[in-house]
Amino acid sequence: MTTVAELERRVEAGEDGLGDILEVSMGPHHPSTHGVFRMDVRLEGEKVVRLKPVFGYLHRNHEKIAEHGAYLSAIPYTDRLDYLCSMTNNWGYVLAVEKLAGIPVPERAEYIRVIVAELTRFQNHAGLVGFLLQDMGASGTPLMYAFREREKILDLFESLSGARMMCNYLRFGGLRVDCTAAWLEEVRRLVAGLPKFVDEFEALLRTNEILMARTQGTGILPRELAINAGVTGPMLRASGVNYDIRKVDRYGVYDRFEFRVPLGDHGDVYDRYMMRILEMRESLKILEQALRGIPEGPIMDPKTRLRGLRPKAGEAYGRIEAPKGELGFFLISDGTGNPYRYRVRPPSMINLTILEDMCLGHNIADVVVILGSVDIVLGEVDR
Amino acid sequence: MFGEGILQGLYETARNFFGSYVDKDRLVTVQYPEERHQLPEATREFPFLLYDGPDPEAGLRCVACQICEKECPPRCIHIEKSKDKKPDFVGKQQFYPAVFDIDVSVCMSCQICVEVCPFDAIRMDNEYELSTSNRFGGLLYTKRELAKPNEYYRKIHPTEAAETDDRRAKEAEEAKAKAAAAAAAAAAKAAQVAAIPAVAANGATGNGAAPKPAEQPADKKPVNQ
Ligand code: SF4
Ligand code: SF4
Repeated sequence: MTTVAELERRVEAGEDGLGDILEVSMGPHHPSTHGVFRMDVRLEGEKVVRLKPVFGYLHRNHEKIAEHGAYLSAIPYTDRLDYLCSMTNNWGYVLAVEKLAGIPVPERAEYIRVIVAELTRFQNHAGLVGFLLQDMGASGTPLMYAFREREKILDLFESLSGARMMCNYLRFGGLRVDCTAAWLEEVRRLVAGLPKFVDEFEALLRTNEILMARTQGTGILPRELAINAGVTGPMLRASGVNYDIRKVDRYGVYDRFEFRVPLGDHGDVYDRYMMRILEMRESLKILEQALRGIPEGPIMDPKTRLRGLRPKAGEAYGRIEAPKGELGFFLISDGTGNPYRYRVRPPSMINLTILEDMCLGHNIADVVVILGSVDIVLGEVDR
Repeated sequence: MFGEGILQGLYETARNFFGSYVDKDRLVTVQYPEERHQLPEATREFPFLLYDGPDPEAGLRCVACQICEKECPPRCIHIEKSKDKKPDFVGKQQFYPAVFDIDVSVCMSCQICVEVCPFDAIRMDNEYELSTSNRFGGLLYTKRELAKPNEYYRKIHPTEAAETDDRRAKEAEEAKAKAAAAAAAAAAKAAQVAAIPAVAANGATGNGAAPKPAEQPADKKPVNQ
């Protein structure tokens, strides 16, 4: 394939027989881009020769708002980062505050955190696969099935925390409210039924010839490039790099659970799709173990101060394996009641930076599929 | 065989389609607004203010301490403290909010105001059909629209309300007992003083009527409430 620079030089030189370079602005209101995201695509015929992601349409000044509020008041804002996964967003943030202020977390709270985080991962992956298949023309059906299961999980979140999506549930030092035995029973019942759903969901399209033709070999992300670009999460693992923060950092009580980290070997869209399906199965394994092992006890040390927390001056970085990759929060405290600096490392934004490398040389129709396999949420990309 | 995958997919779709007629797990939607899901007890939409007894003005629990106003992340609460005071549920004289507005078009239903309020004065409603065509006034709720009786709270959050009521009943009792003890002590002191000249006795009766009310009961709650 001709490189872009070379192509541009030749076009500028007025060389004949090149065809026209057509500039297409995909988005920000294109229904196939995930949210208000624009891609500035240059095409030669149908082939992509350059692609520039343009974001910022959903910028809400998240970091500065958090710096102007107390430590507690940033938690509901983190819900709105990746608005599909508020529980894991909460966790990333409270982990950073816990590191900063040295706050202990009771064991029961850690278990409930694992349970809600894995449920979050499950519904995120189910939704993502639904959207990805929708991007490829499987209009509605898989997405509907995915959302049906997701709805059951969100119902559980609602009865636990009061809200389906903006849970605002975790607190530094523990959780806002304890879960009841009846709630745990509900989760057990749900988790027992989910493997059947994953089987069906997988059977729906895994061996579908059209899907394989569209996705295998599309949007390959080589291992080295993935590492160099700082890609994390299922995308990195689809390229064959064994890096899962649940295993690397063993934050919370993840060291007590047995689960595998699925790895892909081609790094194409199909691998990324399968990665999500396999991770859903692993999440169910973790859920089963956590539901078996959950101890009784407090969910919060009564000495923990939520309101008016003033950590000693210092800095901390808390990171977790969010469904989309490494979600990190960096905090600097100057000893006052609000953070001096608050910084989010959003996985979907960093995963998005290599979009061009994956798309070059593919047809324009594949761009949508490749974008869909990255798993982005613009609330987190733009913050 | 080529096409097997497609057939397999079609089989799954058919299974889900016909299954949705018999299996509740395959059909989770309802025909809103004719049918409605029952909301879980924890559901939260927007805050409201609680009052005890029949009168929303006199029974309003809020003491205008303005903690919620300060802690609300998007700062959508506006409070103006009263000049005078009125007695609260344990009989202590407290300020009350002359103005208490919540702009629910800004409110993000985070429940932080509920968590930080030390007086059990603000709670989350579960009313969700609030749309209005009035863009500016329609979603700015004043004290009058926000005040709802405790019975309403008991209806929408029974478990939570029962806990709160129990705690408050206990606090009221403790306060009463303390006040009684303080009054008895004052009376005893007055009797003692009465033995000596009349000037001192006058002073004692003046103070005895209002014993230092039992310490602020709410302060005893853990800070992280
Ligand atoms: S729910 Fe949150 S945003 Fe709404 S008034 Fe209370 S603290 Fe403010
Ligand atoms: S924190 Fe409670 S008592 Fe204080 S102003 Fe707010 S609602 Fe009123």
